[in-house]
Amino acid sequence: MAVQFTFNTSGMMMDAKGTITGTILDMVEELPHVVYINGDGTGSGNRVRAAFDKYPDRVLDAGIAEANMVSMAAGMALRGYMPFAQTFGPFLSVRALDQVHNDLAYNDLPVRLIGTHGGITSGYGPTHNTIVEFGIMNSIPNMTMIAPCDANQCIKFLEASLDWPQPIYIRIPRGEEPLVYTEDYKYEIGKAITVRPGSDLTLIATGSGVYNSLQAAKQLAEDGMSVAVIDMHTIKPIDREAIINAARTTGNIITVEDHNVLGGLGSIVADVLMEAGVPARLKKIGIPDKFVPFGYPDELYPVYGFDGPGIAATARQFMQ
Amino acid sequence: MTTTQGANADPVVDDGSTVVRINSVPELIEKAGFIRKQLALGTHRIGGVHIGGPLSATDMAVALYYKHLGFDPANLDDPYRNTFILSKGHNGILLYTIFCDLGLYDWDELLDTYNTVEGNTFGAHPNRLHVKGIEVSTGSLGHGLSLACGVAHANRDKQIPARVYVMLGDGEMEEGSNWEAIMYAASKKLDGIVAIVDFNHFSASFAAGENIVWPNMAETFRSFGWDAIEVDGTDMQAIDEVLSSLPPVDYANPGKPIAIISSTTKGQGIDYMEAAPGAWHIGGLSKEKLEETYEIIDAYTARKLAEV
Repeated sequence: MAVQFTFNTSGMMMDAKGTITGTILDMVEELPHVVYINGDGTGSGNRVRAAFDKYPDRVLDAGIAEANMVSMAAGMALRGYMPFAQTFGPFLSVRALDQVHNDLAYNDLPVRLIGTHGGITSGYGPTHNTIVEFGIMNSIPNMTMIAPCDANQCIKFLEASLDWPQPIYIRIPRGEEPLVYTEDYKYEIGKAITVRPGSDLTLIATGSGVYNSLQAAKQLAEDGMSVAVIDMHTIKPIDREAIINAARTTGNIITVEDHNVLGGLGSIVADVLMEAGVPARLKKIGIPDKFVPFGYPDELYPVYGFDGPGIAATARQFMQ
Repeated sequence: MTTTQGANADPVVDDGSTVVRINSVPELIEKAGFIRKQLALGTHRIGGVHIGGPLSATDMAVALYYKHLGFDPANLDDPYRNTFILSKGHNGILLYTIFCDLGLYDWDELLDTYNTVEGNTFGAHPNRLHVKGIEVSTGSLGHGLSLACGVAHANRDKQIPARVYVMLGDGEMEEGSNWEAIMYAASKKLDGIVAIVDFNHFSASFAAGENIVWPNMAETFRSFGWDAIEVDGTDMQAIDEVLSSLPPVDYANPGKPIAIISSTTKGQGIDYMEAAPGAWHIGGLSKEKLEETYEIIDAYTARKLAEV
């Protein structure tokens, strides 16, 4: 394959949204079956617009019409194309849910939906946030649900997605997030990554929760607590083995997600533990089933205790 | 083998093709009469089948599958094929009936296993993964035109001048997603798309205008940038003329997507169903009623034959 999926080790911050768009446009150039669809996000003068002009049938903008966007992507997939459709998460996962459910999942077509502004990262309030898509996608047959933790992992995911035969929902934050990984690593859809080993407590985190969990684990190490951090980048299919292993090795689990605590990663982890019959203590950190106030993540995360210090504080209390 | 000019009303077909082709209008009318009788048989054998909508769509579907689609049961994956999307997915039984007649399935398989857990092939709404010949699984309304936009983009990207026919219900046009797709298709000159509204004047519950007031469909399509043709969807000669007159798909000289507003009656061809369309959205037939219904259909078909 001619596409270069380049792992970036230069900076601390990287824009996940821009990275994913740029990488897909690289793929469009090299792979004739790759399609990129935006929803009124094809601004003038940028690379997306240039590709939109160059590939009138493969780089599309559906306008402000997400239902049509999702079904149209399915229509292209029916003819062997692999569309990546990107817009604000709530409009893909909630507004166009009937189209996701029927045209992508029920028809089992390899469309990739990229929901941006995942969790409470939009800064535009609950209408533009998405705190429900883990639970929604987890309960739709044939769907795969991914939440990368940084921009580099978006590149890793895109590379892996080319061989994945089923529809995928991928949620990314707003942009400009710190890098979790600074060295290259093996990435597989459905295989969790132990970012940091530990023996007292396991933080099972996803998306933006991974970086914050690492920060917490470092703080807790200063207190003498040995804390493992697992990057659960794939929400569905969940890596059961990683969860059961965490329960057996540490017996204490805290899940960390920028998602409603009802139906999200924490609930899925609890499902796995109960079904496996493996005893473990479990605490869920996430959005407490409410619509959040307006604000940016650096303002809101501390409120809900999923910045580094917040996670560390919860962990100390949990381990007393 | 393959249709080399999938978009044309008269596809050029390589030797050895199994493309279905009935050219004469009287024979198409007779075929429609046969399909109606098989639908009635299905309604008797299965019971609880969507029947009013399939009957109103029968003539158009017969004209397409037996002539204009260039449908080839032996080459269902032909990349050059014309596509038929049943947006009004509750008419699945109509396509299964045609598929049986075309040899894709045998009749007993359809009539014994329809909508059963055991069979799981022929659902009330068609599933592309279970039924050969079904292009896309439908059932939730208002999806077909958007799916067609994707197929049309794919065809144009590969410079395949094939058509994408989408059959919709009149009540289905209440779904907002249709209008997203209608706006989009015109904007992108996706002129391979032919939307066929089976305007049978009845949704599941209401007669036309009784609840949501449907606008004049042809005028509305035109105002969204489409060409629109109104046709008597019970007149095979007229249907054949409209489908034959569609301009070829020519990507160098793009035209407009085309809407065909096909005026029909729910339950078309069976008078007691036409008179009570609400009662015959879904129905079943006793053995005695089936015999009577065969006679009604034969008489209807004879009248239609006498008109040409």
